[in-house]
Amino acid sequence: MNKQSITLTVNGRNVEFEAEPRKLLSDALRENCGLTGTHVGCEHGVCGACTVLVDGRPVRSCLTYAVQMEGHEITTIESVGEHGALAPLQQALHEAHGLQCGFCTPGIVMTFQAFLADHPDPSEEEIRDVLSGNLCRCTGYQNIVTAIQLAARRMREGAGHVAT
Amino acid sequence: MKPAAFSYLRPTSIEEALDQLAAGTGAGAKVIAGGQSLGPMMNMRLATPAQLIDLNDLTELAYVREAGDWIEIGALTRHYQLAESPVLRRHCPLLAQAAQTIGHYAIRQRGTIGGSLAHADPAAQLALVAVTLDARLKLVRPGATRSVQAGDFFASAMTTALQPDEVILSVQFPKAAPREAASFNMFNRRHGDYAIVAAATTVAVEGAIVQRVRLGLGGVAPMPRNLDELALPFLGQVPGEQWIKRLAAAAREAIAPEDNPRISALYRQELAERLVARALSQAISLLHG
Repeated sequence: MNKQSITLTVNGRNVEFEAEPRKLLSDALRENCGLTGTHVGCEHGVCGACTVLVDGRPVRSCLTYAVQMEGHEITTIESVGEHGALAPLQQALHEAHGLQCGFCTPGIVMTFQAFLADHPDPSEEEIRDVLSGNLCRCTGYQNIVTAIQLAARRMREGAGHVAT
Repeated sequence: MKPAAFSYLRPTSIEEALDQLAAGTGAGAKVIAGGQSLGPMMNMRLATPAQLIDLNDLTELAYVREAGDWIEIGALTRHYQLAESPVLRRHCPLLAQAAQTIGHYAIRQRGTIGGSLAHADPAAQLALVAVTLDARLKLVRPGATRSVQAGDFFASAMTTALQPDEVILSVQFPKAAPREAASFNMFNRRHGDYAIVAAATTVAVEGAIVQRVRLGLGGVAPMPRNLDELALPFLGQVPGEQWIKRLAAAAREAIAPEDNPRISALYRQELAERLVARALSQAISLLHG
């Protein structure tokens, strides 16, 4: 009922589809844009798995309706890194064992893509404060904190693949 | 966990938004700003508005500016903007401190001060700071604006003085005095959750003598409590350890929190006493610093 045409700008590309106003951005990304890297966990803003960037800032895509996002730039995990050349955050999470099942990882990567851009040299306390918005049921978080510190250091040094 | 169907409007001016709200109030229209409270409620179908009027394009309502002895904040100002504002850090540090503790990083990017006050959760930080500082809310409806004190705005849990066709336009907070310090303290079980109890205070001195104390508690009643009157017998004194202890004990005695099986009234009273003591002590040490 009441579907309307919606055009989203996702990772620099325009995607047009028909959906109701109640279509969540998280579902639109997965079902209408074919971008299934954005994961859907709790659907009420607690778990952080669905975090994407809107105009460069992290946003819960499950608390946003796709129709609201017309005219804004959406960035998802699919734009981060590429096959054979992971982004610094991804590489660090891999090396420091910052993930197991990987369900929460896209939300964590998108959150810290934005946070580290604004805060290139965060304290451990600041990292933990931000990470508190992303639930992980596998790792116990310690290795994620280590990975973010490692990635931040490499990004400050301007190289994604420096040996540790 | 999907919201019920609704129709969607995206006004480009406040006048347009008010006309749309006036036309839609009888038919279940609701305004949405950051959506960090309304979104979850709609996903869980605790709220099922027939129409959403999206205020996010009204970017002229996102500002923090000085207005004489007051700081005026537009309703669409996001929590992170409150926390990072140099004007607030200087002139209203209690508000900046409290905003930094709201939810999580991503939530603070989106949630707005107008939305939080209109939502009126009894444990919310911004409602507590508004009541503690006697903030003034400017409300607007087609052809009329009015100003309401925060103490009169909150009627009960999730209930405010906002009429169905009214929207919050801005909120004014008093500037801190030259020798005044603030502290916001809250306790929750998990980082980012709502507070079980939260305490907000400002202490102003001349020399070593206390001139004014503002004190507010959240999470101990259906809406935030302003406890300034409790502090009146404590003015004109040098605030030492005993002073803090006695005022914190008075705050504990002044509240009668709900007793429920999950969190007992006694626990909230003990938390209130500890948090008030900690907040007062932090504010006083800032004055010495």
